[in-house]
Amino acid sequence: MADAANPPPLQTDFQELEDGEDLFPEPSATQESGPASLPAQDISTNSNGPKQDSLFDDDPDDLFAEATEEVSLDSPERDVLLSDGPSPAITPITPPTCVIGPHIGHDDLFTHSSFDEIEEEEGGDSFDIHISVSDPEKVGDGMNAFMAYKVTTKTSMSVFKRNEFSVKRRFSDFLGLHSKLASKYLHIGYIIVPPAPEKSIVGMTKVKVGKEDQSSNEFVEKRRSALERYLMRTVKHPVLLKDPDVLQFLESSDLPRAVSTQALSSAGLLRMVNKAADAVNKMTIKMNESDAWFEEKQQHFENLDVQLRKLHGSVEALVCHRKELSVNTAQFAKSAAMLGNSEDHTALSRALSQLAEVEEKIDQLHQDQANADFYLFSELLGDYVRLITAVKGVFDHRMKTWQKWQDAQMLLQKKREAEAKLQFTNKPDKLQQAKEEIKELEMKVQQGERDFEQVSKTIRKEVSRFEKERVKDFKTIIIKYLESLVQTQQQLIKYWEAFLPEAKAIS
Amino acid sequence: MMEEVKEGASALSVHGHNVKVTEALKDGDALTFLIVSEKLSGTGEYHVHRTYEDLEWLQHNLFSQEDVPGIQGVIFPPLPARPQVNPPAKAVKQLGVLALGEWQPYCRALETFLQQVASHGTLCKNKAVETFLTDADPPGKQRARRNLFNRLSQAVEELRKEGHKDVDEFFHAERGRNAVATGGAKNAAERFLDVVLTQQKIAVACGHFSAALHLCVEPGEDPDKQAFSKLCVKLSEVFESMKKNMMNVAENNVNTLGLGLDLESRYQEAEREMLFRRTCKMVEVENARRNAERAKPVKKAAMEEVKRATEDEFGHISKVAKDEVARFQGSRVQMLQRALVRWCEQQLLTARQSAEQLSQHLQAVRALGPRPA
Repeated sequence: MADAANPPPLQTDFQELEDGEDLFPEPSATQESGPASLPAQDISTNSNGPKQDSLFDDDPDDLFAEATEEVSLDSPERDVLLSDGPSPAITPITPPTCVIGPHIGHDDLFTHSSFDEIEEEEGGDSFDIHISVSDPEKVGDGMNAFMAYKVTTKTSMSVFKRNEFSVKRRFSDFLGLHSKLASKYLHIGYIIVPPAPEKSIVGMTKVKVGKEDQSSNEFVEKRRSALERYLMRTVKHPVLLKDPDVLQFLESSDLPRAVSTQALSSAGLLRMVNKAADAVNKMTIKMNESDAWFEEKQQHFENLDVQLRKLHGSVEALVCHRKELSVNTAQFAKSAAMLGNSEDHTALSRALSQLAEVEEKIDQLHQDQANADFYLFSELLGDYVRLITAVKGVFDHRMKTWQKWQDAQMLLQKKREAEAKLQFTNKPDKLQQAKEEIKELEMKVQQGERDFEQVSKTIRKEVSRFEKERVKDFKTIIIKYLESLVQTQQQLIKYWEAFLPEAKAIS
Repeated sequence: MMEEVKEGASALSVHGHNVKVTEALKDGDALTFLIVSEKLSGTGEYHVHRTYEDLEWLQHNLFSQEDVPGIQGVIFPPLPARPQVNPPAKAVKQLGVLALGEWQPYCRALETFLQQVASHGTLCKNKAVETFLTDADPPGKQRARRNLFNRLSQAVEELRKEGHKDVDEFFHAERGRNAVATGGAKNAAERFLDVVLTQQKIAVACGHFSAALHLCVEPGEDPDKQAFSKLCVKLSEVFESMKKNMMNVAENNVNTLGLGLDLESRYQEAEREMLFRRTCKMVEVENARRNAERAKPVKKAAMEEVKRATEDEFGHISKVAKDEVARFQGSRVQMLQRALVRWCEQQLLTARQSAEQLSQHLQAVRALGPRPA
């Protein structure tokens, strides 16, 4: 991010590179078949398929190529297709402190709607949690310094050990949390709230080397606010709220420093998701979308993305002008003060000085208003643009899941054909092997179909939740904004009422 | 502004204090102003069309009254700069606040000029004023030749005279005061203009945001979509209100304090020019005295005559100037007071209206859809 006085266009966040890190541990990074290497063929049903060989070509467009190199052992992905039975969605090293979850290897849980089960079983615990991020504090010196934020949780929910507790976290901890959640849940179809936008090299460097000026303070404040919103939005998800990583993040005073977070960046994550979206678009096999709902929703989110970006641009312009107004008002106040000083006529002199004071106060109001514009709307819209990207990513995962299922089916078909041929040869060993492989593949196909249906079902729920949250979010912000506007006007009225007698007193 | 001074029969057949400029009509690149004056007899009005050339003609005539003793001591009401339909940047800067608002502020400034001229005890006696205000035909066009007045803007080489020490304590003080006031007023007017221009930008930005929100309305039966669409529409209305409010605030600024600061700035300039004319005359006197002193006997008498005449002129000018300064100081305080009071009253009214509107919007949004989390 550049100087906060001129917030950069949204795209900049997404493309920033930092220290060469570039990875997002993608669940299917270790998968053998790349999704986009298939030649163009018109595929209208599941049974058609490309030639077998090309399935395993090295895909130059393999979006996961980068990720594959740098996947850290801390958060390995499970290849859903290759494991037996339902895949555990949890990273094995994190001990589950929460009992209920889709990640206990239970067939039923994975195929049923995990949402409902959790909500029912926890029962009665209404959503009552408030998280605040505060007290940014510089730790260390020079280029190794970092900002530590206090994360305070106030809650009455039983999943937590206490009602009120605080921990210290740094920015990379937040990124680490996001990466863990994404690796666990993204492929199931949960919308994972994206973390606060990328560190600005300029912004953070200023803070690290101790250059305290308004822009670095604004940067820290902007980040603090963004982190707070990130956490609040994340815990609004009924399943994620109880996720052990989330709980550990909020409660544990010692968080193991996520090793991979140095390699992590939210820009990298978003680049990954964006690339996923692009790659899917480039895919030469079109998914046979039997469900109009998904087609409509995808279009809807495309449109929403465009609209929100436009709105965001508008608000940024507005914020810019307001800050300009503040500067100009301050300068006018100074010139009025000078007029007052050099004025001989006593009453006029006093009135001009009062005028200068009123203008200074109004300047302060302009600044407050600019902040409201920014922190309420600009950030809200920015958050939602990033959120939409996450939503689109989820849709893409569904497509990938479908693709896996199709691939497995095609492979099965081939194996069956091969087996049929082997029937006529005298190779009992090979035949036996073929039969075993077919059995395996049949299970994979079933799993693939189940996965696809599960993802589709989950996405429907997630989208519905998103739409509801969206309304609540926007309404809350709009009300806050209107309240601030009304307050500004009433303050303005007070200033004018105080000035009027002064102006009248000139004679 | 300046008070009517009735010396014997009124020089004009119309009231001077309420001359109106009711319209500015565009004719290609030129502007024509409709000027309305009320007959003293109460039997009706004069409606005349005048261009900026006609105004310059009037001003030229006022400047050229060499037969009026001490005329150079008059602080001439300042004529606003030439208006252009598509002004280049330099002209825009010169016009300042007067370039805004579709020439309405400009008309107000012209009104003030004409009222001041028509109400000035000495100036109103000039026949050109009567002709200008009442004659159906436009007055004769005269090329604006370099005149003896407005020297400051023309004679660069004479500027060094501006610092010439004064013989009179009163004028010494006044010149000092004026020098500071001219710069201060100009600065304040320019800073105020910056504020107004930024307010206009904000209004435009609010309008864009409001329009963009309409694009977010989503069709369909889905209750969440409908709820979101309603919010977008409501927010769009809010920003439309904000736009109107900001436009009103900017307009109030222009019409009251903006005009006031602009007039103050131009008037201080006018006083500066008068003081300079007097200073030039003062230098002339000094030169004449010196010449008379050093004159050879042959020329002595003539030089003495010149000296006496010059001293006489200077005396008249100084006397007129003193009166003018006193009147100027009084009237400018009055003018600024009125500007400040009107400014405050209008902004107060606008702020109250806006607060009311926003409260209504707030209530409406609270009543919408589900209760916020």
